[in-house]
Amino acid sequence: MRYLPHTSEDIKSMLQVVGADNIDGLFSTIPDDCISKDDLQLPDALTEWELDSHMSALSDAMAVSPDYKVFMGAGSYEHYIPASASFLLGRSEFVTSYTPYQPEVSQGTLQAIYEYQTLAARLLGMEVATASHYDGATALAESLLMAVRISKKRKVAVSSLIHPLYRQVVRTYFEPTGYQVIELPYLNNGLTDFDGLDELNDLAAVAVQSPNFFGCIENLNEAEEKIRNKDALFITCFTEALSYGLLKNPGSQGADIVCGEGQSLGIPRSFGGPALGMLASRKKYMRSLPGRLVGQTKDLDGKRGFVLTLATREQHIRREKATSNICTNNSLCALAAAIYMASVGGTEIKKLAELNHDKAEYLKQELKKAGFKISFESPTFNEFVVEFPAGFDSVYDRLLEKKIVAGLPLAEYYPELTGHYLLCVTETMSKNDMDAFVREIKL
Amino acid sequence: MKETVGATGLILNEPLLWEKGKKGRCGYSLPRRDVESFLLDNELTGECPDFPDLSEVDVVRHYTRLSQWNFGVDTGMYPLGSCTMKYSPKTNERQAGLSGFAGAHPLLPTGLSQGTLKMMFELERYLTEITGMDATTLQPAAGAHGELTGMLIIHAYHKNRGAQRSKILVPDTAHGTNPATATLCGYRSVQVESNENGILSAKAVADLMDEDTAGIMLTNPNTLGLFEENIREISEIVHSKGGIVYCDGANLNAVMGIVKMGKIGVDVMHLNLHKTFSTPHGGGGPGSGPVCVKKHLEQFLPVPRIVEEKGNYAFSDNYPESIGKMQAFHGNIGVMIKAYSYIISMGPKDLKMASRLAVLNANYIKESLKDTLDLAYDRPCMHECVFSDEKQKDDHVTTLDMAKRLMDYGFHPPTVYFPLVVHGAIMVEPTETESKEDIDKFIEAFKAIADEARDAPDLLHNAPGKSKVRRLDEVSAARKPCLAG
Repeated sequence: MRYLPHTSEDIKSMLQVVGADNIDGLFSTIPDDCISKDDLQLPDALTEWELDSHMSALSDAMAVSPDYKVFMGAGSYEHYIPASASFLLGRSEFVTSYTPYQPEVSQGTLQAIYEYQTLAARLLGMEVATASHYDGATALAESLLMAVRISKKRKVAVSSLIHPLYRQVVRTYFEPTGYQVIELPYLNNGLTDFDGLDELNDLAAVAVQSPNFFGCIENLNEAEEKIRNKDALFITCFTEALSYGLLKNPGSQGADIVCGEGQSLGIPRSFGGPALGMLASRKKYMRSLPGRLVGQTKDLDGKRGFVLTLATREQHIRREKATSNICTNNSLCALAAAIYMASVGGTEIKKLAELNHDKAEYLKQELKKAGFKISFESPTFNEFVVEFPAGFDSVYDRLLEKKIVAGLPLAEYYPELTGHYLLCVTETMSKNDMDAFVREIKL
Repeated sequence: MKETVGATGLILNEPLLWEKGKKGRCGYSLPRRDVESFLLDNELTGECPDFPDLSEVDVVRHYTRLSQWNFGVDTGMYPLGSCTMKYSPKTNERQAGLSGFAGAHPLLPTGLSQGTLKMMFELERYLTEITGMDATTLQPAAGAHGELTGMLIIHAYHKNRGAQRSKILVPDTAHGTNPATATLCGYRSVQVESNENGILSAKAVADLMDEDTAGIMLTNPNTLGLFEENIREISEIVHSKGGIVYCDGANLNAVMGIVKMGKIGVDVMHLNLHKTFSTPHGGGGPGSGPVCVKKHLEQFLPVPRIVEEKGNYAFSDNYPESIGKMQAFHGNIGVMIKAYSYIISMGPKDLKMASRLAVLNANYIKESLKDTLDLAYDRPCMHECVFSDEKQKDDHVTTLDMAKRLMDYGFHPPTVYFPLVVHGAIMVEPTETESKEDIDKFIEAFKAIADEARDAPDLLHNAPGKSKVRRLDEVSAARKPCLAG
């Protein structure tokens, strides 16, 4: 096997040093009744070339662009990734290193993550950002737990227009804690209804997603005022990080903690993972943040350098008293996002975000012209909800045969929205693709 | 110092991203605009984010230089104990990058995602087989996330039986994540002391185990690299009080094809695909932490589960007792593909061989260095061995000094100051992918460093000397944090 370098001669001379007759002798501390008597029931080894054809066959059984036109976002977005970004991300010094516990030989990862933290904080309008988390959903769950720690209150409210799968993750994380999660309903215009807040007391935090799950842009300024009145922390969440290339960032609208998914920033969709959980906050909450942080410092000669810092919050030091059990970030995904943000740059990211908005708007208008009803009137970024007529199920299936995925049916997540579909258009969709889609459903 | 693997080369300085570039540059090819503009209300739009504008060349040089300041497994031996820094095969990267895998949307109709579903279904089966358990979830994103999943399952199990418990047993050799995870689930950790041989005695567990204790979280082999020989008896004690045995699978690389945890009393365990199954660590993630369970815990696994019918694969949410969801989608698919590729490239025989050679390599280092460094427990080890700086005490040289000096010799240092039960611990895990020649150089380096400790200790106090930066001031970094530029 090409990954195992030992020759039989090596093994023999090593056993001599160890003082064992054979390798089995090294397992003598394992009681006999613990040793497995049977061989592993696994397929026989493949050659590299057999592996290639096996994996290609599996990959070919997937529906992806450019073959398929997938008008689906809902927390996972198709964006172009520059070849230079993928190439740099493949540098094996980045890929095959560990968490940078030994900073002198990890300055590459450390500076890159420090730069990521900085760009992430700037994108979101916050003062500090963590080195990243698993995904947007776990970043939200950790943010809510952080708010509970800061406020010492045991109740949180979340908008029902936060991604339904994120809310499921929050419920899972909160189940054993005894903390209460209350959901705020939504209005006919596709925005969160905050009126119910009046009756709620003792809230640690209120979390709102913008653009929300229906793609609608929430009025965060207004939300902030209402949440401040309740003396609760204001958490904003997002699934489409690129939207802040165009929209007002959450920090400028009063958010205390911002969390969400950064997959749009140069990370392939990969069937949902690995992803990039982003989490940022005001500086005053820095010591309550969960997860890894990289800080700037100096070496013995006074040269600038970077280290993992504020480790006294973390499990390897604090054990049962840690701010979370997180042992890692999603470092390579954070690196991908940093490379992407650096490549697109401050000027062009706005143009790219505008293009996303305008293309989605084009499809929205064309659907309207074709007689379909846009479900919510509030402004949107690159996703929106449309109501298709009864019986659209069969059209949806026919479109699949034509290699068009007509968005995400919402009924599974919002039973009252049977017949409503969440559509997404990014810069990867051409006008021709959209026109063809509208033509197909008009038939 | 003789000529060593470690040398100085031309390392280039590189400023921070925003210290370079110029407004108006761009490193991105803006896609064609083929639709008109639709203005968005001014109230909703903001300023451009304050990112630097860089050309593609600026960006490529920047990250190429940064990468050269990093040490990876592809650079050299990286013997971090309990982290299993084995070689990450390149073909696995190729497979994960195939457009069908990398480009797929997670909520595609299952009819359009059979390839990934089949891969996941088979990987679950393989991991179930390797661990001797009954069912597996691939959803957790990392080892600690797998631990949390496992603990939530234990929590759900006791709740389901109508009698929640308040404590959990955690050995003194445990990873810090274990007690931190227990706390997240509302359990109070009760520490079990290991015995004079570095393992758990059945009596120590029996003395603490009661009907208010949810179970035990052990690591096997444990973090001293020792097999928990009394595991069967310990499991019986825990089970007899209605508890659950959790195994942290961080050290599975020692026993693939040799011990099946599910057959020796373990009820639930997590694996680290980024350790045992060769997926790269990425400078700290993404990893993947699947959880394997026995039959009586299967109903609590996260949803959706993958089900198969006549060669067709689908997702099912129909598990009312499930703990719910651990992340938004289905887990770190890109990582799973690499582990899957690894397993089917190795096959059953070479997986077992990998464990055998990992153990041989560790024992070879243990025997070769035990006169140089103090060996914490002088007994046969599994895939890692733990030394300490006891012998260097009189030279006034610490574990940290020796670790830093190893860098000058061209090696990544081992895990240091862990496990906590060994004062000044040096935990060496070579893995099976290191050849005898490279291990010999490592041994030679450690011996030379021990000589230096005696003859020229300042070399160690001032180490490393060949790296991009020298020792960094971690104290002021934490006192006056600067987390963004």
